[in-house]
Amino acid sequence: MAADFLRELEVQRGYLLRVARLQLRDTALAEDVVQDTLMAALSAQAGFTGKSSVKTWLTGILKHKIVDAIRRKQREPVAASSLDDEADLEDFEGLFKENGSWQAPPAEWGDPEQALNRRQFFDMMDFCLEKLPPNTARVFMMREVMELESDEICKELAITANNLWVILYRARMSLRECLELNWFAGGKRA
Amino acid sequence: MKNHFKQAIGHLVSCQDVSRLLSQAQDAPITPFQRVKVGWHLAVCRMCRTFEKQMRFVQEAMRRYRE
Repeated sequence: MAADFLRELEVQRGYLLRVARLQLRDTALAEDVVQDTLMAALSAQAGFTGKSSVKTWLTGILKHKIVDAIRRKQREPVAASSLDDEADLEDFEGLFKENGSWQAPPAEWGDPEQALNRRQFFDMMDFCLEKLPPNTARVFMMREVMELESDEICKELAITANNLWVILYRARMSLRECLELNWFAGGKRA
Repeated sequence: MKNHFKQAIGHLVSCQDVSRLLSQAQDAPITPFQRVKVGWHLAVCRMCRTFEKQMRFVQEAMRRYRE
């Protein structure tokens, strides 16, 4: 039933909007892209075999719509220098001593997998991802949510592999730090 | 004996290097030599073993997040 299917799709709108907003850093554009995605999904209902979840299937469609939107939006590739600026803002050098060893040992997180069963944990993930600087967030989303390969991202954004790896490193370190501070603080929570 | 060995490993590749290589390995293959260095370092460095667990968790969390 088309109406039931539409209801199922609508349930995912919030999630899709979060992903699109983090990627595009433009709420209006994100809303358009999500709307296009849901419309495309509705037309493609016949092609949905149910092998993957609706969420996974929609994310696949969203991915292409986001890439198209980014392409349309920028004829100019992201300036490598602006990415460097963002990279400078996060100083993970402070985590390590001069000789490259840890200043302080990374904390034990206990049994962190428990957290993955809690909805509040994913709200915290949203919070931590929102904190990423815009270009870092975009690149991280392209890699981790849209699952683009390194060379696809480099081509899309006209950056080198090394640029990319530094950005992803900083994103992961930032995420790790945010989760440690806000969720696993003192190893009290799991 | 153990300290000198650990020091030698530390000179070969630092915790900071390892943190970068562990991240990089998620996006593109690292060289066999890099892999060996990381492996040796993790064998002698508990702090980096803890860090590696954290990074694997973050990776899993992102996988769940996108589903």
